[in-house]
Amino acid sequence: MFFTYIYRELRRRHRQALLTALGLAVGVGLVVAVTAYAGGVGDAQDTVLHSLYGVGTDITVSQTQKQSQSGPPQFNMNPGSTSKQGKAFSRDAVRSAPGQQSLSATKVASIKSLDGVAQAVGGLTLTSTHVSGSFAKALSQSSAQPPGSSSSSSSSSSSSSQPAPSASQAPIKVSSFSISGVDVSQTGLGPMSSTELVSGRTFTTSEATTKVAVLDKAYAKQNSYALGDTVTISGAKYTVIGLVTSAAGTSSTSNVYIPLTLAQKMSGNAGKVNQIYVRAASAKDIATVKTEIKTVLPKATVTTAQDLADQVSGSLKSASQLADNLGKWLAIAALVAAFAVASLLTVSAVSRRVREFGTLKALGWKSRRIVGQVLGESVVTGLAGGVIGVIIGVVGAQLIAHFSPVLKATVGQTATAASGPGGAAPPGMQAALGQAAQTVVVHLTAPVSIQLVLLAAGLALLGGILSGAFGGWRASRLRPADALRRVD
Amino acid sequence: MTVTTPRNLEEDSMLYDLTGVTKRYTQGRRTIDALAGIDLRIGGGEFLVIQGSTGSGKTTLLQMLGALDRPTSGSLVYEGRDVAKLGEGDLAELRSHSYGFVFQSFNLIPTLTAQENVETALVPWHVGGEERRRRAAEALEGVGLEGRARHVPSELSGGEQQRVAIARALVREPKVILADEPTGNLDERTRDDIIGLLEELWRERGQTLIVVTHDTWVAGRASRRIWLDAGRLEAPPVDERPGPAASAAPVRELVLQT
Repeated sequence: MFFTYIYRELRRRHRQALLTALGLAVGVGLVVAVTAYAGGVGDAQDTVLHSLYGVGTDITVSQTQKQSQSGPPQFNMNPGSTSKQGKAFSRDAVRSAPGQQSLSATKVASIKSLDGVAQAVGGLTLTSTHVSGSFAKALSQSSAQPPGSSSSSSSSSSSSSQPAPSASQAPIKVSSFSISGVDVSQTGLGPMSSTELVSGRTFTTSEATTKVAVLDKAYAKQNSYALGDTVTISGAKYTVIGLVTSAAGTSSTSNVYIPLTLAQKMSGNAGKVNQIYVRAASAKDIATVKTEIKTVLPKATVTTAQDLADQVSGSLKSASQLADNLGKWLAIAALVAAFAVASLLTVSAVSRRVREFGTLKALGWKSRRIVGQVLGESVVTGLAGGVIGVIIGVVGAQLIAHFSPVLKATVGQTATAASGPGGAAPPGMQAALGQAAQTVVVHLTAPVSIQLVLLAAGLALLGGILSGAFGGWRASRLRPADALRRVD
Repeated sequence: MTVTTPRNLEEDSMLYDLTGVTKRYTQGRRTIDALAGIDLRIGGGEFLVIQGSTGSGKTTLLQMLGALDRPTSGSLVYEGRDVAKLGEGDLAELRSHSYGFVFQSFNLIPTLTAQENVETALVPWHVGGEERRRRAAEALEGVGLEGRARHVPSELSGGEQQRVAIARALVREPKVILADEPTGNLDERTRDDIIGLLEELWRERGQTLIVVTHDTWVAGRASRRIWLDAGRLEAPPVDERPGPAASAAPVRELVLQT
């Protein structure tokens, strides 16, 4: 009887029931779509952070180089003797990434021993600058020097028939690439944690001093390197064993990854690192660990994933703000409105059924049963609204994912622009950003999880119960005597 | 089963005993004394008609007798229990077991079929679905509507709707049937039909039938008539004293009590 009555009642009032259900559906659908959208934006942010920062890295530690210690790369370009004039030359300079002071590797161990630190790994980020070309014939001094300084060198033994400006005509090629020294015993954390292996393999723990290298896929393609090829770094040949991309599928932060020990040796940084990657035992420890590291290394720059996330700018940031502000409130407002409309419609329906409920009371139906009947009708309406709402939400989420433009995220753009060596940018981030990967492009998705579907159904049900409770309350206040003589 | 003569009704099978029953309604600042002290005894098996002008308190009295509401003061004893002292739950219980209602506007649930409408009366009893359907079908058959069981009220004529309502009142085999202007919305021919049906049931089943009506023809068929005026019982008006019509009312030889 309970279900028959609900069924017949809803069928008779199907327009109103449908209206109530649709109201709830729109509210719930908005919640689903907005939540899915926000989830997609969150995923996109994670992707950006992972590709820049590494999965599982909670904190990076680096130390800013003092201003005076910094300078442009120095090349020993003096031809030495005039006999070298006009000859081809090639020089490599491998240096610690600009603006970064190396830290003793013992600091890694002291950070590792801190409370709340699960793992700490050192890394060394280097820049290899390669200069090749021909020595200028007229000049004894480096062609790399500014042309203005060449006037002082006119007293050299070369004939004065060569005008000074010819120095600038010397064909010189300057190329650079970034190198990360990877602790091969801890590839899960460190410079390579932000990468994804595309082909080949990564380092094994026994390859601490083996001359093997993992290359960024895009870099390898650009320079026509394949697996098994050798790449020359600072005069030594390394076998390419693997190709990686960033977690987001874009270029990884370093062009070349080699074992840490070799990186230290080639750059004269034995026993030193310029980046320490820290994983906290639990997410809630991150703030504490950051403070602890600050105590141990007062001069170091300690950057957490959150710090980095706060510096994300670009369209992704706008999307995130849209989801957080407008979307959330829109969904809440729609939900509240839907609940209110559902409740009003239910109460008005009950008011129009005064005689019906009065009659049932006269027949000996207890108030409880009548409230249950009204509640039952509303719950069914709510469930219908939930189902329609989930469909609206899922379709909406798909449409958002389909039509939304590709989002760009830029991390610390302003800081990077302002930074010279030892500038305002956190060096850890600078290093993480590498040479060019400051902007990451991500495709927005709007994932609808089963939890979200359940949440939506729950919300619609809640709306139904709420409106049913109002209606039931109204019905329970009816007196059975109202059944008599009351003409609708 | 006891066999008594109508003369002994009052002593042996007294159903209602009302003493000083009043009912006061408050509508905003206005208070209405719908009943201003009613003393009334009703015996089992009576066909009692309550008459009176509009606003005289007829319907209020019927509500009191049907335990739809409690008196403001006075005592209303039904089978030894003072209804004025019962809680809402007990009142609902009492209504579901003892009374059957027939309303002027039929008061059928518009969404339910005739069959289902009759079944609603059995819902408070928690009987099984199968038994509920069987009993409802029997009750419909009893009012001659077995062919219309699957129709909703809007597909039935006024007379048919009132028959369904009567079946709904009878399906629980209550001791008392309370009818509020049962023929008020019916044409004359249907009126005769419905009253004939109620009368027949009353005669066959030995139920107590209490009818509020304006209709003197209906009133004329009662075994007893009472008049209400401004919430009090009055002597019958001169032109309505029991005359030939009243004596023509059926005299019951036997009252069967269950």
